[in-house]
Amino acid sequence: MSDETADAVKPAKRNVFKALEVDTRLLGMIGAFLLVCIVFNLLTEGRFLTPRNVFNLTIQTVSVAIMATGMVFVIVTRHIDLSVGALLATTTAVMAMTQTQWLPQMMGLELGHPMIPWITILIGLLTGALIGAFQGYLIGYQAIPAFIVTLGGLLIWRNVAWHLTDGQTIGPLNETYLLFGGINGTLGVFWSWAVGLAASVAALFALVQGRRTKMGHGFTVKPAWAEALVAVFIVGAILGFVAILNAYEVPERVVARDPALYGCAEAEGCVAAYGIPYSVLLLIAVAIVMTVVAQRTRLGRYIFATGGNPDAAELSGINTKLLTVKVFAIVGVLCALGGIVASARLGYHTNDIGILDELRVIAAAVIGGTALSGGIGTIYGAIIGALIMQSLQSGMAMVGVDAPYQNIVVGTVLVLAVWIDIQYRKYTGAK
Amino acid sequence: MATPLVEMKDISIAFGGVKAVDNVSIDLYPGEVVGLLGHNGAGKSTLIKVLSGAYKMDSGEIWIDGKKVEINSPRDSRDHNIETIYQTLALADNLDAASNLFLGREMVTPFGFVDDGGQEAETRKIMSRLNPNFKKLKEPVSALSGGQRQSVAIARAVYFKAKILIMDEPTAALGVHETKMVADLIQELKKQGLGIFLISHDTREMMDLCDRVAVMKNGQLIGAERVEDVTEDDILSMIIMGKNPKDKAA
Ligand SMILES: Nc1ncnc2c1ncn2[C@@H]1O[C@H](COP(=O)(O)OP(=O)(O)OP(=O)(O)O)[C@@H](O)[C@H]1O
Ligand SMILES: [Mg+2]
Repeated sequence: MSDETADAVKPAKRNVFKALEVDTRLLGMIGAFLLVCIVFNLLTEGRFLTPRNVFNLTIQTVSVAIMATGMVFVIVTRHIDLSVGALLATTTAVMAMTQTQWLPQMMGLELGHPMIPWITILIGLLTGALIGAFQGYLIGYQAIPAFIVTLGGLLIWRNVAWHLTDGQTIGPLNETYLLFGGINGTLGVFWSWAVGLAASVAALFALVQGRRTKMGHGFTVKPAWAEALVAVFIVGAILGFVAILNAYEVPERVVARDPALYGCAEAEGCVAAYGIPYSVLLLIAVAIVMTVVAQRTRLGRYIFATGGNPDAAELSGINTKLLTVKVFAIVGVLCALGGIVASARLGYHTNDIGILDELRVIAAAVIGGTALSGGIGTIYGAIIGALIMQSLQSGMAMVGVDAPYQNIVVGTVLVLAVWIDIQYRKYTGAK
Repeated sequence: MATPLVEMKDISIAFGGVKAVDNVSIDLYPGEVVGLLGHNGAGKSTLIKVLSGAYKMDSGEIWIDGKKVEINSPRDSRDHNIETIYQTLALADNLDAASNLFLGREMVTPFGFVDDGGQEAETRKIMSRLNPNFKKLKEPVSALSGGQRQSVAIARAVYFKAKILIMDEPTAALGVHETKMVADLIQELKKQGLGIFLISHDTREMMDLCDRVAVMKNGQLIGAERVEDVTEDDILSMIIMGKNPKDKAA
């Protein structure tokens, strides 16, 4: 009670952002992203921000964004991983071979058996984890620089993928597996709203819970109006996102192929929309888990401590070698997850899947504010970074910018983003 | 006298060709403050880092409470109730005071998550005792002054109820007032029966705070004397000349 009155007197002196306690950095990144969207929307006369394009943009971002969350941990611990694109290719090669040949031929599971996609995914994740852990072992225990280990990895895993598949395109892939690709697997209108509402309730619950915990320890909390404003903003963002995806209607000819799939008796007058793709749900799940790991677990605390001061971490009894193994194993798993999405989106495993992804993933993490000097980075930043990169690329393609010029722009944006981040840190006095 | 809390016997450690610590033996009793003096590079930090598990000795033995122990890592040292304030402070600059205080020993909720609220509350408590002016609990410690950082490092060593405390130049960055507070803290901990190794270059301060002072030069122990048996000048000449004047007298 006394807290509230104290706060009621103060607000005049406080600045609005302070009262809201929102991360100005997060606001800046969202602002940059919106700016990119608005500029392209103007340049394309409104074609950029159609539900269809937003939908496509989202599903194109997922694979890189998933891997970028792991890259945050790698860069925070002062390492780098150049092998993610190649590692993705090896995991998709393994998964494609597992579902189309190894399981059917060696295990006698006939094609289309309901267990095939799940066994495949499990093997893929395991492969990613093992390769990642092995690279982490070379870096942590054998003290070979991450740059070298993963540069070697880039060459090795890209071509292990080639070897496993004899350089062939492998497919078609399992139907259930393809659901993770994006447009082939979406929640539909009803379940999208259901998920949106559930997420809103969960977010509100988390806000209230956080406030309670703070008050329980007798810490000052932000004024109720500020809390409410943040809540409105979050719920608005969630539901707005769902509304856009739900506005993307399934084309009539697609509905006509199988109206029952969309809950209609006949194609005539049947209106259906895609809603949230499973791949996006997967990304959201990854984002939540990785954020919780980063902020609320010992593992996350040790990752950031090691990045901030490796000697101090060591002297505090943290096993930084084992930590390195864990971090790279996590990236390996995320490469496999990204690989599931990427190959399911294509419908095949191809030789050039994931090529140059290492650069996109590193750029996403760095644009998202991860500092190469270590110790600093956020999961949400990396995801917004991935979105910004993808928007730039799609937007320029829509405007008709030639590929070489696209790369010049993306390169410039990368350097500019890091420069702005450095200026921001100087300005706010953070290191 | 009672069994020593710590006995370090014939400790040697070399880096490349440099004998950083050369056959040094030293002990520490409960409720005692032993000061380590010596010029820059004499081997003081290296000697105590053997005890805190940061370095592995090449030869020698460590006994704690009359039992021989193996200290191979900082964790081993902490398990023997040894806490260390390092000369470099050993803080993760990007984390806040509470995260640093509990680094490696986080408080967790029943679900196994780090209990940041609980850690912050505990940090407030101990800081209000050690440094009442300390208010920057939310900022990364890189945003703190040298003295504030030092008080975080001191709080970390004191919070976990050590029996043996190692303080490597704990007052180097502190103002007059804060130095006085550390001196009071040392007296208080001593009364509680802790044994303290204290390293400092301030001979005057060492004469006041310590029960015994040990002087090192070029990795060797020149002598360890009770403060009432020596003068400040004796100590200075030990540091500079590398000879114990009492040896000459004998
Ligand atoms: N990690 C290391 N690698 C190589 N040499 C080292 C290392 N640590 C210490 N030394 C050397 O060991 C010797 C003793 O260093 P130490 O840090 O113990 O000195 P000190 O007495 O604590 O000095 P100061 O008063 O400057 O803190 C020095 O010659 C130093 O160069
Ligand atoms: Mg020293």
